[in-house]
Amino acid sequence: MNLIQWAQSPWGQQVPIHISWTLLWVSAIGGLLFLIVHALYVSIWAKPAHSAGSSGVSGAAAARIPERVPRHNLSARLFHAIMALAMLALLFTAFLPKVGVQFPWVTYHWIAGIVLSISVLYHIFDAFLGQDFWSIWPDREDIEDAGRRMKRALGQAAPEPRKFAKYPLENKLYHLVVMLAGLSVILTGLFMMKRVRTPIFSRNPYLFSDMTWGWMYVLHGLAGIGFVALVTVHIYFAIRPEKFFLTKSMMFGWMSREQYLEHHDPQRWPVGEEIPPTARPESKKAPA
Amino acid sequence: MAVIHDVIPAFELFQPTSVDDALALQARHGAKAWVLAGGLDSFDWFKDRIKRPEVVIDLSQVKELRGVRQAGDGLEIGAMTTLTEVVRHPMIREKYGILPNAAEAAASPQIRNQGTIGGNVSQDARCWYYRGGWPCYRAGGNICYADTPAGLNREHAILDANRCVAVNPSDTAPALIALDAKFVVRTPKGERVVDAENYFIGPGTDITRMTILQPGDLLTSIRIPSTWAGAQFFFEKVRDRAVWDFALVNVAAAMVMSGGTIQRIRLAANGVAAHPVRLTAVEAAVVGKQCNEETAEMAGKLAIQGAQPLQYNGYKVPLLRNLVKRAIRGEAA
Repeated sequence: MNLIQWAQSPWGQQVPIHISWTLLWVSAIGGLLFLIVHALYVSIWAKPAHSAGSSGVSGAAAARIPERVPRHNLSARLFHAIMALAMLALLFTAFLPKVGVQFPWVTYHWIAGIVLSISVLYHIFDAFLGQDFWSIWPDREDIEDAGRRMKRALGQAAPEPRKFAKYPLENKLYHLVVMLAGLSVILTGLFMMKRVRTPIFSRNPYLFSDMTWGWMYVLHGLAGIGFVALVTVHIYFAIRPEKFFLTKSMMFGWMSREQYLEHHDPQRWPVGEEIPPTARPESKKAPA
Repeated sequence: MAVIHDVIPAFELFQPTSVDDALALQARHGAKAWVLAGGLDSFDWFKDRIKRPEVVIDLSQVKELRGVRQAGDGLEIGAMTTLTEVVRHPMIREKYGILPNAAEAAASPQIRNQGTIGGNVSQDARCWYYRGGWPCYRAGGNICYADTPAGLNREHAILDANRCVAVNPSDTAPALIALDAKFVVRTPKGERVVDAENYFIGPGTDITRMTILQPGDLLTSIRIPSTWAGAQFFFEKVRDRAVWDFALVNVAAAMVMSGGTIQRIRLAANGVAAHPVRLTAVEAAVVGKQCNEETAEMAGKLAIQGAQPLQYNGYKVPLLRNLVKRAIRGEAA
């Protein structure tokens, strides 16, 4: 199977034109297989990561934590909703015609692309200026804890991993992959708008060489089909019962104090009044 | 790039004698199969070695696809009926004169003897670049070579372009739309009857196809209802060479008048978009109006609304406008 479709340009040069659309099925089936395997793993083999009530925080300190722990402000939630709608519109307009549902998709696609681009631009500024910018990036502790979890899962001795900061490592890695794929589709998509008629850009199909255009279409396609798997997996985790409190926090902006204490490390993600270190049991501190 | 007309690459030839056999062959070979009607479009592709089907299903032996029959109060024309047969058929000439006019305007007598009405409405786009084998959008690529500052686009679209700017070259298609014809398509799921204007699809919907036909589908006949029998017809085709050429623009109209007032009208144009365009805005605007210069002027202006000419086809805008004006006036050439 050819992963990339090639053609001969008018100047006799072999140039890529786009990806093979069979990769769409590879991505869709890959996403579905992942969630099936994960669902089986969780229901049959996996043990709960944390037992209920193991907050690691004394009662007095816990009382200083608000009942509703703010997690996503209105700005972040609105961004997420708009970005999600734009992404779904982009995926449906891009891939429904590929599976036989024919409609004039190009205009809807680039409009959704513009909405996505503006929302991501806003998100970048908002993340720098209005959010805790570094909270979504994997740090050294995440890597250490991931190693510990892996060892324990394999039956090897390892210290108990810490609870998560504001975002679990999986969220951080997902964000990283989505950011890379998103920037790829946005940048290539904006350039590709120079090839269609829109009221925004004047057409200039000769902006790049055939080879450069070809690789741009390939990158756009690869990132696009990547999103099929990424969005499938994201929706799957959003509706899983044990993760649903995170989904609710993205809808309503907060999680309960109990959920916060059960899943998150107040030292790594402090909320409310600062919790003095003496309020935490020594056993829960990170080993030296 | 195909520049040498040489022997046709080998393919497996099937000559079914019934529609059911043809459909079975199409189902067996799927997208590898090429359905051959009169062969006038197909053999160009084959000889240029741009289309290289593994299997060719020649419909010339399927008798049930030929001929003109009475169907209810209208007519049914088999898809393999030749353009000459359409031109000469007395009942078509008597009641639906616009269709023989349009069919007679297609190509040359020799081509009309071989070319079929099904093939005429299903033929592929006319574009130098696409026909030359360049990897354009319509050929599955990612560029339109005609819609570029230096592109040769004198014959191309002024309406409804969407990445591809090629046009539909059929002469009979706008006439059939004006007659409110129904296209009968046999699919693996059964028979499907679609309005003439819905048989054609633009590049916005599917850039690689001109019609709704999918692999495995077969256009079997075209039904013409009696709705427009004996109406006032207009068909005019403007081309570079009067004896034998594709339309730069053609316009077809069927109109029912009463005391100088337009009671009903259907109007369609081709050569201006990748699909024949039914001018519904014009139809709605002129119904109930007196058939006079003022109405014709308004119709002409409405017809070109939204036109986006390319570098070298700006002339098509006044051409379409004037042909529509002439259609309203009833000034057939």
